[in-house]
Amino acid sequence: MIEAVGLTKSYGKTLAVDNLSFSVPTGRVTGFLGPNGAGKSTTMRMILGLDTPTGGSALIDGKRYRDLHQPLRTVGALLDAKWVHPNRSARAHLQWLARSNKLPAKRVDEVLEIVGLTAVAGKRAGGFSLGMSQRLGIAAALLGDPQVLLFDEPVNGLDPEGILWIRKFMHRLAEEGRTVFVSSHLLSEMALTAQELVVIGRGKLISQSSTEDFVAQATENTVLVRGPQLGHLRTALGQAGASVRDEGAGLVVSGMDCADIGELAARTQTVLHELSPQRGSLEEAFMQLTGDSVEYHTEIADAPTPATLVPAGK
Amino acid sequence: MSVLNAERIKLLSTRSPWWCALLAIALPVGLTALIASQAQIQPGDAGNGVYITQMLSSLGRAVVLVMAALSITSEYRFGTIRSTFQVVPHRATALLAKTAVTAIPAMLIGAAVGFGSWAVFQAINSFPELALDTAQDWRAVAGQVLVFGITAVLALGVGMLIRQTAGAVAVLLVYALLVEGLIGLIPKIGDDIQHWLPFFAADRFLGLQDDIPQLRDLPLGPWGYLAYFAAVAAAVLAAGILSAQRRDA
Ligand SMILES: Nc1ncnc2c1ncn2[C@@H]1O[C@H](COP(=O)(O)OP(=O)(O)OP(=O)(O)O)[C@@H](O)[C@H]1O
Ligand SMILES: [Mg+2]
Repeated sequence: MIEAVGLTKSYGKTLAVDNLSFSVPTGRVTGFLGPNGAGKSTTMRMILGLDTPTGGSALIDGKRYRDLHQPLRTVGALLDAKWVHPNRSARAHLQWLARSNKLPAKRVDEVLEIVGLTAVAGKRAGGFSLGMSQRLGIAAALLGDPQVLLFDEPVNGLDPEGILWIRKFMHRLAEEGRTVFVSSHLLSEMALTAQELVVIGRGKLISQSSTEDFVAQATENTVLVRGPQLGHLRTALGQAGASVRDEGAGLVVSGMDCADIGELAARTQTVLHELSPQRGSLEEAFMQLTGDSVEYHTEIADAPTPATLVPAGK
Repeated sequence: MSVLNAERIKLLSTRSPWWCALLAIALPVGLTALIASQAQIQPGDAGNGVYITQMLSSLGRAVVLVMAALSITSEYRFGTIRSTFQVVPHRATALLAKTAVTAIPAMLIGAAVGFGSWAVFQAINSFPELALDTAQDWRAVAGQVLVFGITAVLALGVGMLIRQTAGAVAVLLVYALLVEGLIGLIPKIGDDIQHWLPFFAADRFLGLQDDIPQLRDLPLGPWGYLAYFAAVAAAVLAAGILSAQRRDA
């Protein structure tokens, strides 16, 4: 169990993490979601005692990380797969980590086996591909057989096979009753990996809920209505309490399902060319929720984008 | 103990420390051989004494400065310092272990430079004045063990404070090879300041150029100077550890 209470971090004038409180339950994969620059890595560094919070605190099973004795036995973490000396072999890297926490030397071979790096254990880590580095980082996190695991964007840059491997791996860790906290900036990825979600934007908490709830709440369902004459229908929809917005020649209706809209159309004698339910994509929903809190906006409108199947939210 | 072992594995699992050690020994010993082959010492010369075999030890010391600074700055460069503090959250413990594991090889290098330079000089150009008779003779040669060890501690402290390899190495080398010598050129106060500079102190402990007139009347004796050199190194190390504890890793 990880608990953040009022966690705050500023770097000079940049407020990277702003009064952030959340908790990460045991036995589940909890996703830590936020756009680039939202403060995910900073939060994880503070949980591990690498960065000192400007305010608030992060506790692991009620203790500050710095107070843990032989922390590898309690918390395993992969924050950056590149934090390895490039001229050191994978095995030597794991060996010094293991030795520092009095872990048995044979544990090194065990974790190498688990992540499938046994064959290249003697090779210098600097020559590893991103996927292999990521696996080495995971091996390091597993060394002390810890109850709590933190991963910062572990699937970043991995191919689909690697992504699938990591996803299954996290599920297994959680099934074994461990606390798994994994960050990402992709909701679609997290929807498949995480059971719980902590969502942040610009260092602030946006929501903490189960992934299901978050997705349901985030992806608002709308209905697209097209026809030659929609004036009467529009008025009737408004009177019936649905909210309506123009979308090209058609209408996007929310707060009413297809059946009700169809009946209303019949009553107002409106000819319809299309009546189709629209489901917002996860990424869109995520962008909508964190929309105001994205650190680096890009002018999407200016870019020549191909026509999308799902109408843009705004 | 486990932290010391971890640091030892780190040190021995990359090759660069070996190359540094080789360079730190080969450079002064090799050049001493060159000098020995040219040296003419007349009995009763002002220049005679065991210390003339140690005139180039400062080259080895410069390499040790770089080696020790690198041992910490490269950890910052590659991010392994974060792994280090992650597995040993008590930063002072981690850094003191690193200091010990760096200083001990530095002392071995010091021994190799001290005795190596002396032996190679002796072998090429043997003088009775070069025999290790007095305590002073021994200090000049065996004293390198302590001087090199303390030099490593000093460089580690600077590395912890500066963190960047280029910056730390530049500061250390420019200071050791240039600044200390140039300060002596400042009129009037230059000499008095120089008498309290760390590498000047190290050289006085070794007894290099003891016979030069302006180096009589010094504020401290050889062992006093050693203690002073060690105190400066310890203070810099303490500042480095304090800074590492305060700042984000
Ligand atoms: N050491 C630092 N010094 C100064 N600013 C920093 C530092 N670390 C992070 N920041 C700033 O803090 C903010 C949050 O950064 P952080 O890396 O935590 O975001 P993130 O959510 O991990 O983003 P990403 O998805 O890109 O990894 C950013 O604005 C970043 O520029
Ligand atoms: Mg990040």
